Amino acid sequence: MHDLVPLTPLGGDSAQSETIRNVTISEMPDFAYASMAMRLGRKTGFQRAAKKATGISPPPPGESAAIKVGKGMLTIFWTGADQWMVEAPYASHFDLAAQLGSTVKDNASVTEQNDGWARFDLTGDDCVSVLERLSAADSAGMQAGAVTRTTIEHLGCFLLCRKAATHFSVICPRSGAASMYHALLTMAQSAL
Amino acid sequence: MSDAMTGLNRLDGGLIDRSAELNFRFDGKSLEGYGGDTLASALLANGVRLMGRSFKYHRPRGVLSAGAEEPNAIVALREGAFTEPNTRATTAELFDGLVARSQNRWPSLAFDAMAVNDIMSDFLTAGFYYKTFMWPAKFWEKIYEPIIRHAAGLGALSGMSDPDCYDKGFLHCDVLIIGAGPAGLAAALTAGRSGARVIIADEDFLPGGRLNAETIAVGDAAGAEWAAQVAAELASIPNVRLMTRTTVIGAFDHGIYGAVERVTDHLATAPDGTARQVLWRIYSKRSILCAGSIERPIAFANNDRPGIMQAGALRAYANRWAVAAASEVAVFTNNDDGHRTASDLAAKGVKVTAIIDTRADAPDHGDAEVLAGACVTDSRGRLGLSKIKVRSADGSQRWIKCGALGVSGGWNPNVHLTCHQRGRPVWNEAIAAFVPGAVGPVGLSSAGAASGMFSTAAALTGGAVAAVNALGEIGIKAKAMAMPEAEDAPVSITAFWHVTGKGRAWLDQQNDVTVKDVKLAHQENFQSVEHLKRYTTLGMATDQGKTSNIAGLAVMAEIAGKTIPEVGTTIYRPPYTPTAIGAFGGRSRDETFRPVRLTPSHKWASEQGAVFVEVGMWMRAQWFPQAGETEWRQSVDREVLATRRSVGVCDVTTLGKIDVQGADAATFLNRIYCNGFAKLPVGKTRYGLMLREDGIVMDDGTTARLGETQFVMTTTTANAVGVFRHMEFARQCLWPDLDVQIISTTEAWAQFAVAGPNSRKVLEKIVDPAFDISNDAFPFMACGEITVCGGLRARLFRISFSGELAYEIAVPTRYGDALIRRLMEAGEEFDITPYGMEALGVMRIEKGHAAGNELNGTTTALNLGLGRMVSKTKDSIGSILSEREGLTRDDALIQVGFKPVDPNDPVVAGSHLMNIDDPANAAHDQGYITSAAYSPCLESSIGIGFLENGATRKGEIIRAMNPVEGSEIMVEVVSAHFVDPEGERLRA
Repeated sequence: MHDLVPLTPLGGDSAQSETIRNVTISEMPDFAYASMAMRLGRKTGFQRAAKKATGISPPPPGESAAIKVGKGMLTIFWTGADQWMVEAPYASHFDLAAQLGSTVKDNASVTEQNDGWARFDLTGDDCVSVLERLSAADSAGMQAGAVTRTTIEHLGCFLLCRKAATHFSVICPRSGAASMYHALLTMAQSAL
Repeated sequence: MSDAMTGLNRLDGGLIDRSAELNFRFDGKSLEGYGGDTLASALLANGVRLMGRSFKYHRPRGVLSAGAEEPNAIVALREGAFTEPNTRATTAELFDGLVARSQNRWPSLAFDAMAVNDIMSDFLTAGFYYKTFMWPAKFWEKIYEPIIRHAAGLGALSGMSDPDCYDKGFLHCDVLIIGAGPAGLAAALTAGRSGARVIIADEDFLPGGRLNAETIAVGDAAGAEWAAQVAAELASIPNVRLMTRTTVIGAFDHGIYGAVERVTDHLATAPDGTARQVLWRIYSKRSILCAGSIERPIAFANNDRPGIMQAGALRAYANRWAVAAASEVAVFTNNDDGHRTASDLAAKGVKVTAIIDTRADAPDHGDAEVLAGACVTDSRGRLGLSKIKVRSADGSQRWIKCGALGVSGGWNPNVHLTCHQRGRPVWNEAIAAFVPGAVGPVGLSSAGAASGMFSTAAALTGGAVAAVNALGEIGIKAKAMAMPEAEDAPVSITAFWHVTGKGRAWLDQQNDVTVKDVKLAHQENFQSVEHLKRYTTLGMATDQGKTSNIAGLAVMAEIAGKTIPEVGTTIYRPPYTPTAIGAFGGRSRDETFRPVRLTPSHKWASEQGAVFVEVGMWMRAQWFPQAGETEWRQSVDREVLATRRSVGVCDVTTLGKIDVQGADAATFLNRIYCNGFAKLPVGKTRYGLMLREDGIVMDDGTTARLGETQFVMTTTTANAVGVFRHMEFARQCLWPDLDVQIISTTEAWAQFAVAGPNSRKVLEKIVDPAFDISNDAFPFMACGEITVCGGLRARLFRISFSGELAYEIAVPTRYGDALIRRLMEAGEEFDITPYGMEALGVMRIEKGHAAGNELNGTTTALNLGLGRMVSKTKDSIGSILSEREGLTRDDALIQVGFKPVDPNDPVVAGSHLMNIDDPANAAHDQGYITSAAYSPCLESSIGIGFLENGATRKGEIIRAMNPVEGSEIMVEVVSAHFVDPEGERLRA
């Protein structure tokens, strides 16, 4: 086992979190990601293989689906035409891409995305007040499980609604994590 | 209570909070007002009528209106860097400590030396400047214009950076209701109760619109009370968002509206971190314009004297703000609404000295004298109105004493938003005004006064019906509620635009445009409305002609013998009211103008004292200064020499990485790159050149084959996004039949170049023993998935940008920081040196590798000396068009190297090349230098660039001209490969 010490997207040894009035903004580094893109003409095989690999069917556009794995959750969300992202607890799924790849085989192209992204969660009653100043996405209208691609702080992001109005995840490019965290805190300070 | 408070003009009643006494200053003088006052109402209450000087003639001006249409009472608020010029006193909400100053006057508002312009007015009519200041021509920019600009104008910016912050935001709704007067409130209530998502926005801080300014009852309640009740209900409905202090400034495509919310403008100091204003983008499925209407003045000689106001504004100040503009007032009207002002003021105890009604059949009016068929022909009073001259129906004239005159020329629906997409309003003869036309922004309807329905009952019903209809169109059922009873008076008006006679009759008070100016425009053939506007400046500046446009058109129509609709209107454009530039910028300013991207080694590099440079949005280490190094070249030279001598390490994560997979991945890359990729073996990397469709080089990089169906492409940092987009287009649109999937993994892997003769020895210390990276097992251009440091997944590529034996090693990004620290430890015995962008640049120039300077959007593979890479045995993007005659000329520009004849001469990138005996001009241009650097290895400045027929000119001496800096040096044409031209080192 190697002894290299990882850094969080914000460059720390542990995750950062800050509460501004009734919204808490948290860095969530403990998730693994892998993208699955369906191979040409493999719709049936892919659906079957993806379900076998994850326990759930890849959801339609604008949606996510989740299932309990161990003590955490595995979530699949739609990211583009015939393309999905799988998110799972890092501790048990650091090799998520390999795990998925071994099951879906040539039904999908699987790419490791563990460290391509940084996840920030917003929790609390006034999440929408913060998000509406950051993103054109209709966060107020999102139901639990809804997901959309949007721009926040000039960065292409995924916005997932974990629980309507009170729990959202912003998944942004990892290199922009510091700017994103700053933008989230700035807007919370302004809006709340 | 102070004297000022008990002062002249405060009445009983009103919607002000007398328990909240507010101190403020105007031009240095301390005054007091109440909560709920605007600056204008508080000034009037304190007997201040003179609030500004006019734009051109510096005539004394007072408040004309009680709303956003105000052309005169334009002031600067706050102090220092917080100064906000050109604010309408009529919409500035009073707060304790407010500091306001009048504008465009010197030395003071009461005595303005610039008023000499007024005496010179015959010389300053429309078009005067353009006709007069013609000679000498060069005087215009340096002398005439600055003087004119100094004498004319509005407020001035502080010249300091805006200390306020602004947000931008996005809202979504089923229906957006613009305006919270009776029509808007009725619409919002109807829509809100149906469950639809509703946004209702009003520029005022108090919902209710004219209901707050009138004595009209709605049902059993006073209008203002009804408005307050409805606003309270709306605020309690979760699906309704009631936004006060919010001006909808523009109608854009697809139901999108811009709105500015003034969050802290009514506060003395904004809470820390709170945006002063928010620029909202509102996405609506339907929208209803309930923006009301604006009363228009009637032009007559000297109708701009402080105290002469819209009749409806006089009424609003009395009813809402409990302020009488004067103790004696008169009314000048062409319609019944003017009489309402007389009634309301009389009811408040203000003496109405006369009602001058242009209509011969003017109705009687109780106590006040009505002069039917009469008009006002002049006014008097220094710095404020004292009397008006009236011409009766029989032609007799007399002066009537009054401190204020309410003028009503009828009401113009606020059609602006319906015109933002070139919609044309339609003339409605019955109300002598334009109403919204049939063609406007898709999904926008109108109700109430904005649609030309001026009675309160019509507004309430119209608003409710508009809401039902709008929601019905998007499949939401709403019930049209029975609205309470309210006045339903018909409009009785006889159009009357201006009083003929001598003296200047003002149409546009903000721009000092008179009836005479319009006549002059017509005389000089500027008759189109658009020409009229530009020639006279009618309708320009901050109020955009809200009180003047229609009267100006009417005068033009009269002179031209046309009807008003035949003359037409100019185009209304967003924003509806002046909007701070800061609101458009939002948070994108200063150091947060754009986000920054940090490399995986950023923390470590910061600890090393690296100097960073912005590359796109990335912050990359430029060089790593060491103790004793006083200028950058010392650091860079040291990094280059150390790398070439032993080993260096550089974070190259920023290069784009694109994962390409699929059964047809190889075919796909074979078409994307102009050189062959179909047969690249697994475990090998190849340099690839990518052309645009037109044959020009788009990007270059290496692509590694990790598996039969998986490749990892590397792009330049700058083109990472562009190349991905290009490939996505090709995948989806050009070849949808190929089984290929692509995704960016730039961020997912921390990648370091380890370069130099000892690079293998360093890597051997961290690569796990199971992986043989000897030259035989892992030769130049090899690649593979390995593990390092006891099991961490990694990718190793044997590629070289520096020309040395070199590798690029990638690990999951979270371990990038740990890896660079481990590499530095492992390399200690070899004096491993971190190098930055500058050293990287020097080494690639020494090696003759093209980068962004060479891939400049004009160069072909042939120019780069890579013409043979464009495969003739397959088709690829750009390969056909790269063979165009013009691109394959014998004397084409070819990339070569340049060395100064005198090693002390610096080679300057951008220099143009000339033959020694030719004149130095564009006709004899031989090419240009694209990149230059000092080479510590050659101890000379060197450059690479493009030279006509360069391949055959090695050894030639030519001139490198830098006309911008006036330098010229002699250079020798050499191979672009200054270091190790045979490539022996990188294969070692």
